[in-house]
Amino acid sequence: MGFRRAGLGEAQVAGALITVVCLVLVLIIALPLWTLLSKSVQNVDGQFVGLANFAAYVRSPTLVASLANSVMVAGLATAIVIPLAFVYAYALTRSRMPLKGLFAAAALLPIFAPSLMAALALIYVFGNQGILKSWMMGASLYGPVGIVAAEALYSFPHALLILTTALSLADGRLREAADALGTTRRRIFWTITLPGARYGLVSAAFVVFTLVITDFGVPKVIGGQFDVLATDAYRQVVGQQNFPMGAVVGLVLLIPAVAAFFVDRRAQKRQTALLSARATPYFPKRDRQRDWSLFVFTALVGSAIVATYGVAVWGSFVRYWPYNLSLTLNNYDFANVEPTGWEGYVNSLKLAGLTAVIGTAFVFVGAYLIEKLIVFPRLRGFAHFLAMLPMAVPGLVLGLGYVFFFNASWNPLNVLYGTLIVMVINTVAHYYTVAHITALTSLKQIDREFEAVSASLKVPFWRTFSRVTAPICMPAILDIAVYLFVNAMTTVSAVIFLYGSSTKLASIAIVHMDEAGAVASAAAMGTVIMATAIGVKLLHVALNALVFGRLQRWRVR
Amino acid sequence: MTVADTIASSFLRVRGLGKSFGGFRALKDVDLDVSRGEFVCFLGPSGCGKTTLLRAIAGLDPQDEGTIHIGGRDVSKAPPSERDFGIVFQSYALFPNLTVAKNVGYGLVNRSRPRREIDARVAELLALVGLAEQGAKFPGQLSGGQQQRVALARALATSPGLLLLDEPLSALDAKVRVRLRDEMRALQQRLGVTTIMVTHDQEEALAMADRIVVMNHGVIEQVGTPEEIYRRPATAFVADFVGHMTFLDAIVTGPRSVKVGALDFIVAEDAGAPVGSKVKLALRPEAVQTRAVAADAANRFDARVGDLAFLGAFCRAQLAPVEPGAPVIAADISANAMRDLGVATGDVRPVAFPPEALRVFAAAAS
Repeated sequence: MGFRRAGLGEAQVAGALITVVCLVLVLIIALPLWTLLSKSVQNVDGQFVGLANFAAYVRSPTLVASLANSVMVAGLATAIVIPLAFVYAYALTRSRMPLKGLFAAAALLPIFAPSLMAALALIYVFGNQGILKSWMMGASLYGPVGIVAAEALYSFPHALLILTTALSLADGRLREAADALGTTRRRIFWTITLPGARYGLVSAAFVVFTLVITDFGVPKVIGGQFDVLATDAYRQVVGQQNFPMGAVVGLVLLIPAVAAFFVDRRAQKRQTALLSARATPYFPKRDRQRDWSLFVFTALVGSAIVATYGVAVWGSFVRYWPYNLSLTLNNYDFANVEPTGWEGYVNSLKLAGLTAVIGTAFVFVGAYLIEKLIVFPRLRGFAHFLAMLPMAVPGLVLGLGYVFFFNASWNPLNVLYGTLIVMVINTVAHYYTVAHITALTSLKQIDREFEAVSASLKVPFWRTFSRVTAPICMPAILDIAVYLFVNAMTTVSAVIFLYGSSTKLASIAIVHMDEAGAVASAAAMGTVIMATAIGVKLLHVALNALVFGRLQRWRVR
Repeated sequence: MTVADTIASSFLRVRGLGKSFGGFRALKDVDLDVSRGEFVCFLGPSGCGKTTLLRAIAGLDPQDEGTIHIGGRDVSKAPPSERDFGIVFQSYALFPNLTVAKNVGYGLVNRSRPRREIDARVAELLALVGLAEQGAKFPGQLSGGQQQRVALARALATSPGLLLLDEPLSALDAKVRVRLRDEMRALQQRLGVTTIMVTHDQEEALAMADRIVVMNHGVIEQVGTPEEIYRRPATAFVADFVGHMTFLDAIVTGPRSVKVGALDFIVAEDAGAPVGSKVKLALRPEAVQTRAVAADAANRFDARVGDLAFLGAFCRAQLAPVEPGAPVIAADISANAMRDLGVATGDVRPVAFPPEALRVFAAAAS
């Protein structure tokens, strides 16, 4: 790079770069949220009305009922998912049962599909035309039952990931000490295993609760007349163009998410403190009874997940469910039911590709500047704060903020509204925190003196970044890219407010096709998304195994 | 030599350096001069400020107050890249994805010199540190000692005026450490590069340094040659930190005498405290004379040999002077002396404490 030739010192370049990062984060995160906040205290004409909107909200029985509905559904889903995911995670980390890798992969399946795919699958199985409708014993799937079941499916892998991490952080020496003291298995579980995973459980519960309460796709597809906050927000903004009330609903949605954010941060701090640097990893011993009962459990849960999604995929190839089960590709001819046809899928690919490329580059460079520079500590702290913010902001809320910010007449950037660019920006912002943490984690593992050594050798930091830091972090960079790609493919909640006539996405097309009654085509589009996301993930795995084996020769000792 | 001459001849000049982390004052008003070609060790316990001082000199953690001159140039506010130094860290901070040769040549490539020249310089440096054949390997394929030498070669590649070593040997095995410290010292003397090494290992500092800077709680306790530091520690802290030292509660009885319990000791230098005041009498176990003690030797007492701890080359004996009310004093008796004299627990033998080996410190210090 030619900064030197341009006569710029390292400190100036660093200052300029970190300033740019801060400005961009303010633009894509802070300002939309600020607009949302200010919208909630304005009337439709934009005049300041104080808390009048909130008063109106509390007085509206339907809106308050939605709040109760949302809390109930999210609470139930959490109560179902957490114990199941805990036992599943326990089986994956603390047993010697066979096929662990397969079960881990099976449980992650929902991550690769939009949330509403779970709802579509349940409709195929238990819906009005469902093959197992009789199992419902007359109860209707369309409502709280369907929402809770679909959300449980959808949020299962998220809880599982957190709990597997929590359970794998176990100090083997504690177990050995307990065994040496002749402690019973039951007592070991209650006094060592469970307390060790306590913070993971708290964290997972909040994540699931937040995911469910802010999810839009599932209640839209399977909720029937059962209103929840997320569908309210959509109706207020898109249906009734009542932006202030939409903003209020968005802020209500923000409460559990912000609470979850702080609980999670506290939990994580304590979780790491639990595990000293001298802890030794725990290797479970063989135990036939435990291993087989856990195997049966995981097999049941794992195959239930795969089977549900499998039914949706199957349904997408079926001519007329459930009366004519002969296979066809007709449902994949989207133009029959949706004016944009396959264009939505192309748009989704574009969005996911751009989000992965632009997002990864920006997130990683930003994390590098925040973590490795020694100049401008205040600016770097501010940038880190902004980067952590999206974690506490549900996609739906961020999407609302974007509507208000990028649609505002005073904003010169409003030309971007409805374009793919604004959706890319929004998706990067939406998933910023996890990507940022991934980058930070891998950067923190690098010797913190690399920059110091470079400075002593009079090599500017950007050269060390490109020659050493980025190559070393390549696996993490790929992780970030795949994470952003998969989420951009599957997200509905934020972009539902932002698409334009020529930029409709595949995941949004699913909502529209389902609304139009074309469930099979909706399932077909879901299948295409899922296949793409899984394909990218497999490519990632293969790339890690093949290419990095050669490029990262230095890792081999 | 006038003051102006001293300043002119000092390659590194530090004045009034202060640095705080939050409420913790890591460095307090530190002054230091290092001459060209000198090998100086910063020695002290962890948290004493030695690494903070080194990083301030490098510009990695800039000081809050005070000035730093390197080679006559004021670099107090200069970023690290504008200071003339090479550095080796405890972790070595070798770039794991670059070969040994690329690591060593890392700072050369940037100076747009011809490829051939760089290769020759890298080969020369690798030969210098005894790794001529290892250039194509990755750091992960080398032993700890070899990695340390690569880091040293990389730091020397650009021929810096100042070489900074931050605990460069502490990650190595004891044997390798001793070998490498001799090699490093020889290399430093051959190249004549001004060198500052941070260490918490007093033996390392004594063996390698021209001068030692002993630090504690962010201040310099003493600056001196290894011999000065060892023989004439300026403070009780230095006396305690460097080598083994026995401290005895004593009372000043005259200009050159103190009393410990019932024992009267003559000291070689003025106690510097009024008669009757409480002081600490300090002596090293190995300074206790146990063989051929002259009948008229100063500070001669009869002592009973108590516990004997076998420590290889010598034994540490707990000596209890037969005088009632006398404290137990540790003495090192060499393996030779043990054999020749047939020392055994319960013996009563004459021992002497040479006055010039005794030091007196104010009682307040530990």
